Amino acid sequence: MALTQDAVLAGIKEIVVEVAGIDANLIAMDKKFSDDLDVDSLSMVEVVVAAEEKFGVKIPDEEVTKMATVGDAVNFIVANGK
Amino acid sequence: MALNFTPPTQNARILSVGAYRPPRIVPNSEIVDRIESSDEWIQQRTGIQTRHIAAADESLIDMATKAATQAISRAGLTADQIDAVIFATISYPYQAPSAATELLIRLGNTKAAAFDISAACAGFCYGVALATDMVQAKTSNNVLVIGGEKLSDFTDPDDRATAFIFADGAGAVVIGPSQDVGIGPTIWGANAETREAITLEPSYLDYKNNPGKTDLGWPNISQQGQTVFRWAVYEIAPIALRALEAAGLTVDNLAAFIPHQANERIIDSLVKSMKLPDSVAIARDIRTTGNTSAASIPLAMDALLKERPELHGKSALLVGFGAGLVYAGQVVELPPVPKQ
Repeated sequence: MALTQDAVLAGIKEIVVEVAGIDANLIAMDKKFSDDLDVDSLSMVEVVVAAEEKFGVKIPDEEVTKMATVGDAVNFIVANGK
Repeated sequence: MALNFTPPTQNARILSVGAYRPPRIVPNSEIVDRIESSDEWIQQRTGIQTRHIAAADESLIDMATKAATQAISRAGLTADQIDAVIFATISYPYQAPSAATELLIRLGNTKAAAFDISAACAGFCYGVALATDMVQAKTSNNVLVIGGEKLSDFTDPDDRATAFIFADGAGAVVIGPSQDVGIGPTIWGANAETREAITLEPSYLDYKNNPGKTDLGWPNISQQGQTVFRWAVYEIAPIALRALEAAGLTVDNLAAFIPHQANERIIDSLVKSMKLPDSVAIARDIRTTGNTSAASIPLAMDALLKERPELHGKSALLVGFGAGLVYAGQVVELPPVPKQ
């Protein structure tokens, strides 16, 4: 079954709450990881690895550097997930 | 014709550890202006508060001599009883002859077998692996393994990715014969497909082949932080657990964990993913020493034993990882209380 945007966003919210310890209500598609959510470059690695496990998708390092917003990550996972 | 040789065997252990930190302590406040950073930012990213930086006229071998002399004395030995020296470093500024032979001169023992190894931040654990095999096979009797770095010579103070990470120091152990098994099997290897993640460039030949080219710059360490962090955290934890299992231990009967001091966030993440219980003492020398590459594990071992003397003779899991990318891990019995 293909991953839906809503399902992936919900999963990313859980991960970011766990990694960065912030309120889930603050997390939305247009939020920037570094500026809005206090997810620095190393925490981003933790988010990415957790997302890879959760969604069974491979996220290469060069893609990680392009993921500025939550939406960027969600869209990549939806497009590349199974 | 087959040669006549029956390999002899004996057990090996770490007899002693020695450490040397240059006296000059550099706080984050001295580094931040050139990289437009802050003390808070550096501490949050790395855990580093201060580091030791060698004086301009204090060489790698000056530091190594002090660490080695302390280790040899604490083992109750003299320099002439050391019959092999393994020097792990990436910051000795000559291709040849080796740092190990310069150290021999300074120790006043010019006859021991001596060589350098280039395994970056894994260098100390690679050296422990070699020394253990050498003692077990009776190729050598007392092996000095030294990790020493003067990384300040090869760090760009204007590089926002590395200027606050690397530092200077030297640490040494003597590995010698033992009644019981004092060093477990080494788990080691490489992920060479990622060798571009940490580099020290340009090469000698880049200068030779580009005469007059003025923008080559000094060879400094550069590092792809996210790639290295990801590898360190997610590939190294299983390696460390394999080393523990190979020694017949579990996290519940391990006394200490002394990983390479690369970044406190890596240490935290390793502890979490390995599910180490609170009973395991965790080396966090990074806070006041920075990342000293090959020197970090013996320096952290010495600091931990000073802080927690009851750990003398107890088990510790060592794991080194760095440029290559290469890694090595093994469980050791920490050295006994020094004889001198």
